[in-house]
Amino acid sequence: MVLELGMSDTSMERTGGNPAGLQPIVRVADVHKSFGQVQILKGVSLDVARGEVVVLVGRSGSGKTTLVRCINRLELIDKGRIYVDGELIGYKEKAGKLIPESEAAVARHRRHIGMVFQRFNLFPHLTALENVMVGPVRVLHRPKSEVQQEAQALLAKVGLGEKVHNYPSQLSGGQQQRVAIARALAMKPSVMLFDEPTSALDPETVDEVLDVMRNLAKGGMTMIVVTHEMRFARDVSDRIVMMEAGAIVEAGTPEAFFGNSRSERSKAFLSALQ
Amino acid sequence: MIHIGGISFDLDFFLKYLFNPPEMIWHGILMTIAIAIIAQVAGVVLGFGVAIARLSKFAMLRGLAGLYSWAWRGTPVLVQLLIVYTGVAAAGVYRYPEIALGPLLISGPLQAALITLSLNEAAYMGEIFRGAIQTIDRGQIDAARAIGMRPSTAMRWVILPQAMRTVIPPLGNEFTLMIKGTSLLSVIGVRELFGSVQNINSATFKTFELFLIAAIWYLAMTTVLSIVQRFVEARLRRHELPAAATVKPNRSLLSAR
Repeated sequence: MVLELGMSDTSMERTGGNPAGLQPIVRVADVHKSFGQVQILKGVSLDVARGEVVVLVGRSGSGKTTLVRCINRLELIDKGRIYVDGELIGYKEKAGKLIPESEAAVARHRRHIGMVFQRFNLFPHLTALENVMVGPVRVLHRPKSEVQQEAQALLAKVGLGEKVHNYPSQLSGGQQQRVAIARALAMKPSVMLFDEPTSALDPETVDEVLDVMRNLAKGGMTMIVVTHEMRFARDVSDRIVMMEAGAIVEAGTPEAFFGNSRSERSKAFLSALQ
Repeated sequence: MIHIGGISFDLDFFLKYLFNPPEMIWHGILMTIAIAIIAQVAGVVLGFGVAIARLSKFAMLRGLAGLYSWAWRGTPVLVQLLIVYTGVAAAGVYRYPEIALGPLLISGPLQAALITLSLNEAAYMGEIFRGAIQTIDRGQIDAARAIGMRPSTAMRWVILPQAMRTVIPPLGNEFTLMIKGTSLLSVIGVRELFGSVQNINSATFKTFELFLIAAIWYLAMTTVLSIVQRFVEARLRRHELPAAATVKPNRSLLSAR
């Protein structure tokens, strides 16, 4: 199924175009991605406006995680275009042809795209503070003393002001994930990607992570969140995008998705979650 | 002199040469340590290169590095040493003229020894680095890339520090083998510890006493090394300790009992 990259209200439901019609900060256009013979993304289009919080939902294997990983080019797309902040990601265009970018060029793009992983992926040999500092210091080559102050402030903001000198192995899952959020924020990204940030957590630590994300959304951060937390989706998101078998099958406001007029498809999905 | 049946052992000579070694033995010990350190450092640096080549996305590079590792690990050091020194010189490829390095004069045999041990060690260190790098979780690389690190930056600040934890124990073993392996160099006339001891032997014929002394010195060097290794490993494991345990060991050491 090929989806049009339309901006009109009528096509919005199906393409995930943003309602305000603003210049999108993330533009995903007709993206295809296969792993070997298996086609994971079959022409996905999605525009995300500055400050918008988009939640991606769908059954496992529907392509949500792959889509998010394509946006910061942890996966290289086979077809289509992805733009972040107006810049083409993963390829450069030469005489109408797309040529894969060098690792160095990709790395430069990624500085502006924060990502939080399901399994935190903190650097185990570094303390919480060092985890947050390593990006600005080693990638942006900013002075340590200045970065340290910012990092300490960021860790305080995610409620870990007391744990700055702890190693990841000395922190709970929820604490580790909050450090991971601070690590991504330290690069001052223009968009944050969350790949099932609470799926690997003990139930009692899920809320502390969601609270941090809620505050981030309130602060105007552009966020694309893959999650099964329907409460978060309903309360925080501006738009819910549902994927199925590598395509976007529905997109709309949380009111539309959870409200009485919801589609059969979202009904089936929501009841399967319970 | 002790005589038991037909056995003779010159205890005075033994004790004197053990606790008050002549200059030649001191010199030999220093040579052994210097050669082992230089060859090991070179082996680590070159070995890292071999590992990177073996993990490269270019099949050609992977193949060459595999071939290198296979050949150097599959042949005896003694044979390698004699090929690199005697063989290469006999073929006229390089005749190992002495090299003056400031006040130091590096003899032909010493050059051949350093080259052989370094290249041999690189093959082993290559395997060790490769294994260590491969055990790093894929998510670590994702996370490093996600904050904008280039592959080289990620290697330096994320992968290598973690890989070193896996590398240090076998590296210690390699260095132990290296110290012991330098004794082979006596066959091409390098005056390291065993070569020096053999020299003294040809003048005194106190063979058993002298070879025992050499063994004791090797044992002393490898023992000191193993103690150093334990400290380094403990330091690298700092971050694995849970918060409470970082305090405990000190307490038990200090408690008077």
